[in-house]
Amino acid sequence: MTVDAVIVGSGPGGATAAEVLTAGGWNVTIIEKGRNHLLDPDNLTQPSFDYSNDEIKFHSRHFLGPDPLVEPRTFRTEESDGDRVHVGEFNSLPTTVGGGGVHADGKVPRFRPDDFRILSRFGPQPGADVDDWPVDYGELEPYYAEVERAIGVAGTEGSNPFAAPRSGPFPMPSGAPMFGAVRSTAAAEKLGYHPYPAPSAVNSVPYDSRPACNNCGFCAFFGCPIHAKGDPISMLQRTMASGRAELLSETFVSRVRVEGRRATGVDVIGPDGAERFLAARHVIVAAGAIETPRLLLLSDFDHPLIGRYLMTHFQTITAGSMPYRTYGERGRAVTHVHDDMIVGDDASRAAAVEAGLPWIRGGLVEHSGGGLPIMEAKHMPWGSMHPEIMANSPIRRGLWAFIMQGEDLPYATNRVDLDPAVKDARGFPVARVTYKPGRHELVASAHYGPRLVAILEEMGAQWTASTSSPGTGNASLPEAIPESRHNMGTVRMGTDPATSVVDAAGRVHGLDNVVVADSSVFVTSAGYGPTLTLAALAARAAHLLV
Amino acid sequence: MPAWLTDEEYAVLSAACDCMIPASDAFPSASAAGVPDYIDRLLGAFTFDPPRIWAGGPTSGRYGGEAAFGHFHELTALDELAWRMRIEGSCGLPEREFNGPVIGFQQRYRTGLAELGSEFIALPAPDQEARLRALPEFAELLYGHACEGMYGAPEYGGNRNGIGWQAIGFDGDVQPRGWTDEEVTNP
Repeated sequence: MTVDAVIVGSGPGGATAAEVLTAGGWNVTIIEKGRNHLLDPDNLTQPSFDYSNDEIKFHSRHFLGPDPLVEPRTFRTEESDGDRVHVGEFNSLPTTVGGGGVHADGKVPRFRPDDFRILSRFGPQPGADVDDWPVDYGELEPYYAEVERAIGVAGTEGSNPFAAPRSGPFPMPSGAPMFGAVRSTAAAEKLGYHPYPAPSAVNSVPYDSRPACNNCGFCAFFGCPIHAKGDPISMLQRTMASGRAELLSETFVSRVRVEGRRATGVDVIGPDGAERFLAARHVIVAAGAIETPRLLLLSDFDHPLIGRYLMTHFQTITAGSMPYRTYGERGRAVTHVHDDMIVGDDASRAAAVEAGLPWIRGGLVEHSGGGLPIMEAKHMPWGSMHPEIMANSPIRRGLWAFIMQGEDLPYATNRVDLDPAVKDARGFPVARVTYKPGRHELVASAHYGPRLVAILEEMGAQWTASTSSPGTGNASLPEAIPESRHNMGTVRMGTDPATSVVDAAGRVHGLDNVVVADSSVFVTSAGYGPTLTLAALAARAAHLLV
Repeated sequence: MPAWLTDEEYAVLSAACDCMIPASDAFPSASAAGVPDYIDRLLGAFTFDPPRIWAGGPTSGRYGGEAAFGHFHELTALDELAWRMRIEGSCGLPEREFNGPVIGFQQRYRTGLAELGSEFIALPAPDQEARLRALPEFAELLYGHACEGMYGAPEYGGNRNGIGWQAIGFDGDVQPRGWTDEEVTNP
């Protein structure tokens, strides 16, 4: 049987495409490399309940995959490092049914109109290949609105003075503000910033047969035990209810087969290790910005830009210890954010001039509580001081933090290719990442870091500490490896086949029926989490097919 | 009786864990909280069926709901390969050496505990600490696991009755109760 489309990857991109295609009457097969812990195996229209408030399972033991022993990646900062300096994890997103949506804490901001036209709005940046996107905000707005409804997004219209225009209200009101965020937003406002309730794919009220969030606090890096997070279970449930979809989990796609201008289907390896060919009229690749270029390279796609322009967000992380409990363990991890450090001001323009750069852009600032106890303990010393330090809990009970998702510019040298020697357990070459931040990211972080510290001090911090991911000191491991869990830009979108791999519809240049539907296609990284934008692009790409 | 360690290794492990996380006032020692059992059950995960790698969900029963953490997940063939590589090492098996030999936790613990020596148990605390600091790679491995055993879910064998969480004022897994909006915003 030849299905209308095989969809490689079941994360937000693949799930969104699957819903749109099946609603349009197509029969699809969704192929997921990881396990299914999201949907009831006996009835894939219903949720499973495998997720839990268990730090060992989710943080220490790779429950959501990938396990770096059997599905490693390799890393180096630049070619002069040699073949690689690290084998294991690189900014891994879950390898599981639901993909990165499962572990995300659900902040789903839209980009702003400027984010799609960096080159024409701000001009070039030395060393970086910034460009305009082939789609603009106006074209994407209806799809943003569609995926906000599909996922279920809570937000407060009018709360962000910098927000992009909206065609309609948020599907849900914002949820309960975290105790610490009430204080951090007051401090930020006093210093002239404009914090607002984070647009969040976490139910504030029952939505789409899923319950309201009950604020358990195990949000970032955990699957939701009650499925109050809608991304992407909501799309997958409706897709499976359409009766037009099959979901193959624990199934690895090793090759997209191409004859002339058309893909004919994909080679897969199932859970039993057996190889077979799945014929399809279209191939939708939505495996994420590391695995998507890996698959195209394994398939001998030969565009020289495949894998180039990897962007991860340069995170500036500042934390302060408050003389009061911050209750960061209650609520949905991040309830408030601000955009001021994306928008910029006279001071940031002056900082750019001083550094000899044409401009700098920071990123969305997340107002965040502290960590969980195992994480805290691993950062603290062992020995006779351990009990007292843990009882006082400097980086959990009294901690408040800001994480800025700094815009990471596209550099051709930051890339994904196939490692020449390291393989996965199935015997295929793994993705090798070559990545280091550029001067723009370092200058922007150095400018905004002290301003975030000032907000913590306004909150009453007794001490503060600043760091970044990746680190800015020696490029030594593991600090040199980014941990944003945002990967973008490795299969760039554009109108010119010489400077881009896919067109504005996500279709691979030169092929009629291979579409990329994930954050690989991003031209620039904005300073916002990629989920809603990649889902909107996937919805648009799928609508253009049906 | 330990799941994987010998009785002598278990005794040295307990002393090493207590050197890293000693008792203090109301704060329990690592061994009182069951940390050595956590590590022993990790090393012996495959002596259980299903292997004790991932506790079940969605609730533990501590705040209502079923005691589902106790129902450990079945492993797939790929999961089992990964966890046998991690725990047992590659043991010269070709299917585990696609990227070269892997030294597992079992060998690292057996070697590390032997290097501490059976006399470690009776040493004064400063001498114990010096001996552990002389083995930095083993100490790092041990401390990471000690943190998991002290402050992780009790179903894995450590944090007995939540005693580690109580010592640091952490409420643990709170599903299905969660927190009310009032408890979040105005605690």
